[in-house]
Amino acid sequence: MEKMQQVVERARAAFNSGRCRSLEFRMQQLKALERMVKEKEKDILAAIKADLHKCGHNAYSHEILGVLGELALAMEKLPSWAAPQPVKKNLLTMRDEAYIYPEPLGVVLIIGAWNYPFVLVMQPLVGAIAAGNAVVVKPSEISENTAQLMADLLPQYLDRDLYPVVTGGVPETTVLLTQRFDHILYTGSSAVGKIVMAAAAKHLTPVTLELGGKSPCYIDKDCDLAIACRRITWGKYMNCGQTCIAPDYILCDPSIQSKVVENIKATLQEFYGEDVKSSPDYERIINKRHFKRIVGLLQGQKIAHGGETDEASCFIAPTILTDVSPESKVMEEEIFGPILPILTVKSVDEAIDFINRREKPLALYVFSNNKQLIKRVISQTSSGGVTGNDVIMHFFLSTLPFGGVGNSGMGAYHGKHSFETFSHRRSCLIKDLKMEGTNKLRYPPSSQKKVDWAKFFVLKRFNKGRAGLLVLALLGVVAAVVMKVSVG
Amino acid sequence: NPYAGLVGHLRATWLSGRTRPLEYRVAQLEALGRFLDDKKQEILEATARDMGKPAFEAYFSEILLCKNELNDTLNNLCSWMKDEHVDKNLVTKLDSAFIRKDPYGVVLIIAPWNYPIHLFLVPLIGAIAAGNCVVIKPSEISKNTERLVAETLSCYLDNDCFAVVTAGVPETTRLLENKFDYIFFTGTSRSPSVGRIVMTAAAKHLTPVTLELGGKNPCYVSDACDVQNVARRVAWGRFYNAGQTCIAPDYLLCSLEMQEKLMPALREAITEFFGSNPRESPDFGRIVGDKQFRRVRALLCSGRVAIGGQTDEKERYIAPTVLADVLPSDPAMQEEIFGPILPIVVVANMEEAIDFINARPRPLAVYAFSCDSKVVNQVLERTSSGGFCGNDTLMHVTLSSLPFGGIGTSGLGMYHSKFTFDTFSHRRGCLHRNMGLEALNSLRYPPYSQQKLGLMTATFEVKRRGMCTLC
Repeated sequence: MEKMQQVVERARAAFNSGRCRSLEFRMQQLKALERMVKEKEKDILAAIKADLHKCGHNAYSHEILGVLGELALAMEKLPSWAAPQPVKKNLLTMRDEAYIYPEPLGVVLIIGAWNYPFVLVMQPLVGAIAAGNAVVVKPSEISENTAQLMADLLPQYLDRDLYPVVTGGVPETTVLLTQRFDHILYTGSSAVGKIVMAAAAKHLTPVTLELGGKSPCYIDKDCDLAIACRRITWGKYMNCGQTCIAPDYILCDPSIQSKVVENIKATLQEFYGEDVKSSPDYERIINKRHFKRIVGLLQGQKIAHGGETDEASCFIAPTILTDVSPESKVMEEEIFGPILPILTVKSVDEAIDFINRREKPLALYVFSNNKQLIKRVISQTSSGGVTGNDVIMHFFLSTLPFGGVGNSGMGAYHGKHSFETFSHRRSCLIKDLKMEGTNKLRYPPSSQKKVDWAKFFVLKRFNKGRAGLLVLALLGVVAAVVMKVSVG
Repeated sequence: NPYAGLVGHLRATWLSGRTRPLEYRVAQLEALGRFLDDKKQEILEATARDMGKPAFEAYFSEILLCKNELNDTLNNLCSWMKDEHVDKNLVTKLDSAFIRKDPYGVVLIIAPWNYPIHLFLVPLIGAIAAGNCVVIKPSEISKNTERLVAETLSCYLDNDCFAVVTAGVPETTRLLENKFDYIFFTGTSRSPSVGRIVMTAAAKHLTPVTLELGGKNPCYVSDACDVQNVARRVAWGRFYNAGQTCIAPDYLLCSLEMQEKLMPALREAITEFFGSNPRESPDFGRIVGDKQFRRVRALLCSGRVAIGGQTDEKERYIAPTVLADVLPSDPAMQEEIFGPILPIVVVANMEEAIDFINARPRPLAVYAFSCDSKVVNQVLERTSSGGFCGNDTLMHVTLSSLPFGGIGTSGLGMYHSKFTFDTFSHRRGCLHRNMGLEALNSLRYPPYSQQKLGLMTATFEVKRRGMCTLC
């Protein structure tokens, strides 16, 4: 697989040429990407439809809208994001220039996932380009139409050496991962996340891993069940349940379980009509392997609604399971399908305990009219992110960092967080070659007097404000003069 | 696993939530402050015995800088812990959107021997401030300091939440088999390979890491400079702690003329600092161990010895040494020196110096000296490194508002002051929505339609404001 090595080497040579450092160049590439998304919208939607049976409107709002938003934000903010940030100085460095200078990391690798095949590659790509890197893009081979489309389109709009697209499955990705990258952003499963991190460790490559888990959804007795269930239904069954931040399972009091089921059923009717299979707005499972896996989870379960399947079209109806046991198979792994188990708990404490005994999830959801209860659940649990009284929505606010913790991942992106993920924040201190007087206090030979001066310069805390600054300046000059006289 | 019980115990306390309240964290941090005050003398003595660390140096780096971090953290912890409210878009205008700082859980800090208190204490301050439980693994090579920490730290900190583990290489390997929620590793000379081992062990549990490693920090001296000041600043940075500093200027790049000018200036600076016989100066350290001594001594056969070069194996003394006319193929240029030897490699000009630096792995620090600020800026902009200091050495790490960390083989992640707190915190994106205004949400629900899409685009989309002057 020399081809992989050549592609990466070419990207590195292109990065080393320095042409992607200038803000003008990065802007130009981002604009080209924006043109691509707008001009090729039809082709992109068609590819996503072919992969996931996703209708145009859904695909547009899930995949295209978000990308256009990230592009607009990056292009607007790039000058301010890329500018050196001056930092607060101490007495010792008062006359110096001290700042943090964001720099590109080099050649980064983005490995996409198949469930939102366009946006999960494009959003990180926007950040990586904005930060001035070369980017090797590896879309998921499972969503093959979108992967092929990206391999065709990106070279038409972007610099070919700097942003190559690599296609292929597990063997190709394994070879790719033996190459040295300066950052790897991987979206996918925890099992593969470990493999990616182990490969990255060989080159000491930092990683951002966007993984998954079972995102719990607690419904309090005190809440508007109709609204809560409508929102949950939307988030659970979108993309046929194949969403990393879908509410995986519900925790609620036994007394409201049947009402929850009723409300979800009513909403499903509203969304997809009588015959879900013929609704243009309901997607399909990505392939037979996942179809079989998900159907297997239904074994031995009490199906309160749904359960119909059709292997030929990879169709699984929106399904609700009730009185699910924590030990059952459906509670072992992330479902990633349109099956919603409901487990009953007697109190919010039991729910919190239940959640904490499991791996930290990517998202956590809690529905309640009681603000204090929501605050409590957030404070006493851990998760990548949280939405209270809704699901999914924290993903769409790019000022919030999007990422996991523990088994659900490490690192974050979206908006400015993408730029920071793909940048190195280099500390810079520029001193004067003159004013050697103040330096004398640190040079040998040592003395108690020098120690006392060192304490003064390093430990003293001063208030801000112009007057303070003036006093500081004066003190600095006086100290330097005194030092020169007494020690020099 | 011999450490499973210990880690399990800490995890149980962690799950009880004891380390989370602000008051608890402040109490533990204040106890650390008392440790530094009470044990000041013992720390100076232990580090003197470990590597002949001069009292002034030990006081500055092991006590003073640590107290600085402690005070900074105690002064600001309350505001660092607060939820950070973020800007909202149209859809979330009426919601509460914030970043919550969650502790990770049970974290591991592995420290090296060269600044044996500082390099575990400063990360520890941030780990405690962020609300974690911590396993501390000080270096077994700085034996005296290790013993001091193992025996006394437990008298100051809550033993259910913070534990010191003494371990050599095989035991540390077993320690790393346990699941931690964060691993903070600082390593020395042979770092890159140990860093890889730590990260590979972390990968098995998907544990995030910070690796503070090393490399060869280049120091470019241009022809336009105040030679005496340069000599002093470079000599200070190179010979501090007998050269055993991860951010020490590892080698000098300059023109032949500058090498000639620098030599007497360096000689003068060394004499100023350590007298005519540095061996007798209380302000010059020793190499930490026999193995390290032999390794550093072997680097002396590079170029020619222009200053110093004397060694004494019994004392593990290597004189402050400057090697002239060193070639890139010489032993001193093959590995991080980590000793009191300064090789000078002659380059024709700044361009050649920049190319030389860029042909090598990215170091922890790059230094450039020039009276011409354009030269300093050129070196800064055209190289890559963890940090950069113009016209001085080491000083950028004493300013805690600057993040300290490496890039590439010199490391991953960063810390100091708030950056340490952030390192040991999970920044959790939280959106707390309104149960009302459900009508607005109907835009996103099926059945989909062009009309709904149009309205949704209008509310979701980020529009470009005005023309960017760059395009």
